[in-house]
Amino acid sequence: MNGGGDAEVASPAGPPQSLEWKFSQVFGERTAGEEVQEVDIISAIEFDKTGDHLATGDRGGRVVLFERTDTRHHGFRRDLERMDNPISRHPEFRYKTEFQSHEPEFDYLKSLEIEEKINKIRWCQTANSALFLLSTNDKTIKFWKVQEKKVKKICEMNVDPSRVGNGNVASSSVTAGVKPYLANGVCPERSYNYLSNDFAFSPGGIPSLHLPVVASHETSLVAKCRRIYAHAHDYHINSISNNSDGETFISADDLRINLWNLEISNQSFNIVDVKPANMEDLTEVITSAEFHPTHCNMLAYSSSKGSIRLIDLRQSALCDNHTKLFEEQEAPGSRSFFTEIIASISDIKFGKNGRYILSRDYMTLKLWDINMDAGPVATFQVHEYLRPKLCDLYENDSIFDKFECCLSGDGLRVATGSYSNLFRVFGVMSGSTEASTLEASKNPMRRQVQTPSRPSRSLSSLTRVVRRGADSPGVDTNGNAFDFTTKLLHLAWHPTENSIACAAANSLYMYYA
Amino acid sequence: MAMIDEPLYPIAVLIDELKNEDIQLRLNSIRRLSTIARALGEERTRKELIPFLSENNDDDDEVLLAMAEELGVFVPYVGGVEYANILLPPLETLCTVEETCVRDKAVESLCRIGAQMKESDLVEWFIPLVKRLAAGEWFTARVSSCGLFHIAYPSAPEMLKTELRSIYSQLCQDDMPMVRRSAASNLGKFAATVEPTHLKTDIMSIFEDLTQDDQDSVRLLAVEGCAALGKLLEPQDCVAHILPVIVNFSQDKSWRVRYMVANQLYELCEAVGPEPTRTDLVPAYVRLLRDNEAEVRIAAAGKVTKFCRILNPQLAIQHILPCVKELSSDSSQHVRSALASVIMGMAPILGKDATIEQLLPIFLSLLKDEFPDVRLNIISKLDQVNQVIGIDLLSQSLLPAIVELAEDRHWRVRLAIIEYIPLLASQLGVGFFDDKLGALCMQWLEDKVYSIRDAAANNLKRLAEEFGPDWTMQHIIPQVLEMANNPHYLYRMTILNAISLLAPVMGSDITCSKLLQVVTNASKDRVPNIKFNVAKVLQSLIPIVDQSVVEQTIRPCLVELSEDPDVDVRFFARQALQTSEQVMMSS
Repeated sequence: MNGGGDAEVASPAGPPQSLEWKFSQVFGERTAGEEVQEVDIISAIEFDKTGDHLATGDRGGRVVLFERTDTRHHGFRRDLERMDNPISRHPEFRYKTEFQSHEPEFDYLKSLEIEEKINKIRWCQTANSALFLLSTNDKTIKFWKVQEKKVKKICEMNVDPSRVGNGNVASSSVTAGVKPYLANGVCPERSYNYLSNDFAFSPGGIPSLHLPVVASHETSLVAKCRRIYAHAHDYHINSISNNSDGETFISADDLRINLWNLEISNQSFNIVDVKPANMEDLTEVITSAEFHPTHCNMLAYSSSKGSIRLIDLRQSALCDNHTKLFEEQEAPGSRSFFTEIIASISDIKFGKNGRYILSRDYMTLKLWDINMDAGPVATFQVHEYLRPKLCDLYENDSIFDKFECCLSGDGLRVATGSYSNLFRVFGVMSGSTEASTLEASKNPMRRQVQTPSRPSRSLSSLTRVVRRGADSPGVDTNGNAFDFTTKLLHLAWHPTENSIACAAANSLYMYYA
Repeated sequence: MAMIDEPLYPIAVLIDELKNEDIQLRLNSIRRLSTIARALGEERTRKELIPFLSENNDDDDEVLLAMAEELGVFVPYVGGVEYANILLPPLETLCTVEETCVRDKAVESLCRIGAQMKESDLVEWFIPLVKRLAAGEWFTARVSSCGLFHIAYPSAPEMLKTELRSIYSQLCQDDMPMVRRSAASNLGKFAATVEPTHLKTDIMSIFEDLTQDDQDSVRLLAVEGCAALGKLLEPQDCVAHILPVIVNFSQDKSWRVRYMVANQLYELCEAVGPEPTRTDLVPAYVRLLRDNEAEVRIAAAGKVTKFCRILNPQLAIQHILPCVKELSSDSSQHVRSALASVIMGMAPILGKDATIEQLLPIFLSLLKDEFPDVRLNIISKLDQVNQVIGIDLLSQSLLPAIVELAEDRHWRVRLAIIEYIPLLASQLGVGFFDDKLGALCMQWLEDKVYSIRDAAANNLKRLAEEFGPDWTMQHIIPQVLEMANNPHYLYRMTILNAISLLAPVMGSDITCSKLLQVVTNASKDRVPNIKFNVAKVLQSLIPIVDQSVVEQTIRPCLVELSEDPDVDVRFFARQALQTSEQVMMSS
């Protein structure tokens, strides 16, 4: 668990406030030579609001929940413990439970296979220690409730089960399909009729009857699908996002955004529709959408052309006209075949206070101030050394990879993934030069780029290609290739602490600083 | 494991199944909870059953919902009102569960029980429960508590009343929007129980907080509060405190809030009285009618008649009518449709002259609307205008509109206009109908869509009822019979259907002389579907015609059909024969 011992110091030339990332945990680590099963590849990661729980979804349609081990108590007790124990420990998680959220389906009307792959997970408001979350694949969103339930063991019955059943103990362990009372031909309808209301009971009741006694109080976690929001998307759902009002959420596909009430699964309202009358006129699709963290009427969505639109739900029912548009003017003369492809935004995230929006396109991370639509307040080059290789990346489709991005809870840092299981963390404070490169492995600093770290906002800070270790397969003839198959697409920052969870294929790595 | 006597066996099973693995059986037992309670007796119900239910509350939501409902009517089974407090703990737990419908039901049951409880018991048991829920750690409990204050408050002593008011005020400022929403939607009920002095101070300040909430979803619930509170306040207070809020809401940034105002405006007008309505709400309403958002205009347009009814005609003509004119050419078809569905009702309000002068052009333009729903909505309310100005002025435009709808390419539109044909016939009179619409009615019998043919047949029946047998003999029967030899069997079947519908209206004589012949001829049809429908029609004719006709014509025909090679034909023919035998025996 504490494999960060031999971690190198982050960017020696960097400013002192740079974080030193250490390895914390790994779940589902691959042993050398083990082949990754397609279904095990993680496709979504999400911390809940408190940071006490973490959920991952995978291509096999499963959702796995992890819970924090170091602070396990709710409410004020946790605060007390913190006060007693000021030495802040980094968050550690343990496996909590998992469930099959989506199954592969077939749309008979359109002759389309619907993958079970989980595209996004979002946590909803916790209530009574039951956890709630939304998970979605390409077409269907599901609302899950995960709760501890008592395992019932009934020991005292009125009717001897051995007399009616086949010797089964009438407990919850009885397999479905064996109905102890009905099996022997006792017809319940008839017997209930006999208990019609005019059947006279003695006023004192019948002493020989007694209530079943529940003996065991063991509990087990049960995940139940409470609602299914289906048949509202013609295209693939790319994002879901909860509203701060606690009762609605949105789901976005390539061309439309729908608004749902959590309690109502059979109707949704279309609030954005960018589908042109003629599909041949289509030039831009929606790539990601998110609600403002506190203003219930505001949401942002990004497009394949690199713009972010902010819309105000108060203005009209169908918000095809944006309130604000954020996009960067293209530098003249820089246009190439790839310009539009790499401009496509793969993910947007609001900062915790809702002032900033972080966006990720193929080559950069951009931070936007929602009060300034002239251009981003900061741009971070993620893997500028790939620019000469765009042609190769296009050939093998890697250029269409959708990297996610995340902000730290305090909004001071941002992170995103890259190839060869690398991810990068940047400081966003003006003057910060923090720009770390880490590898999703037990030794995150192994890949530390040795070039002196220059201010991250300048272009081409990373012109040198990182040399691959000898143990990695797939080195090309020049010896400087990147492994495009190991890409770190999904990662999440803990809401309150400097801790990052990221997915490398089927493994979940956690780091802290 | 105890052994149970035979007579008790069912009840024993019922009790055991409270904990069965199968949710259906558990639900069944919970729904029979009263039976179980009576079997156990009042004392054991109090001491065993209720605690048992309190403990076993982690069941599925469906079971919990049923439990919450049953407990609401459980007072008699625990020994009457003096023991009612026994029922509070399990319901209190149910008030905190995650599923909204369970909580709502538990709150409803608690209110029902609380309404029966003695004042001293309420103070001892119910009020502490409300306070516990209101201070609940999870928002679910606090949400539920809001719906209980109106039961708790009236019986509370002065000190407690002050406390309850301040707790409610806190709930209205809760961090969780769900709690504030619940507080906002229950405010009217709670306010109704609060003394007038506190109403003006405490409740109004709570209300003002809610009206400024930054969550749209809370503010729009406060709109409903306006009407509820307005009815409780003295008129002058209402004008001073509620009216400005309504006017503000009508200009809220959020269209959803303005939509609520548009929807509620009529109630709000009632609350503030006629004079403020005239001075303040008419301008507010005019703004809503011209709102940027189509949804708001739809809501406002739908209330135009209701609103005009509380104004004098002059005001309506001066302020509302110009907006109505604009709306009649609104860019949104749904706005025009909403307007068309109510605008005819304005005719009686405005009177004959104003209707002819002002409304008629609007009617006529809506009758030519490109969107069929708009035209249909106008046609469906024709009677309201007819009473005021007569139909003649409209009929010129009406006919093209009807003909166009009758030939619309969407069958649902055609279906809708058929439904209105009898209404139109009664309004337009026989003469107009004969000239223009008769042919249409026949044309629908040969529509491509079954539902239209079916509706067309039914329409003929309703016309026959409207205009009487003589008229029908002249204008319907000959045309229908002509079509009985249509080369397509589906159309022949429609005619059979029409005959079976017309026969009861036309009576025995005409049926025997005109209709029966056609049916019996059809029994020689080469299509089995026609033949078994003949059997069905004949069966329906048996009660209408004379016994002798049954003997001489219907039965021989059925007998022949009952030996048909087709199994379905034989089946229906035999069924009809059986009916005829039953009729004979009974007569």
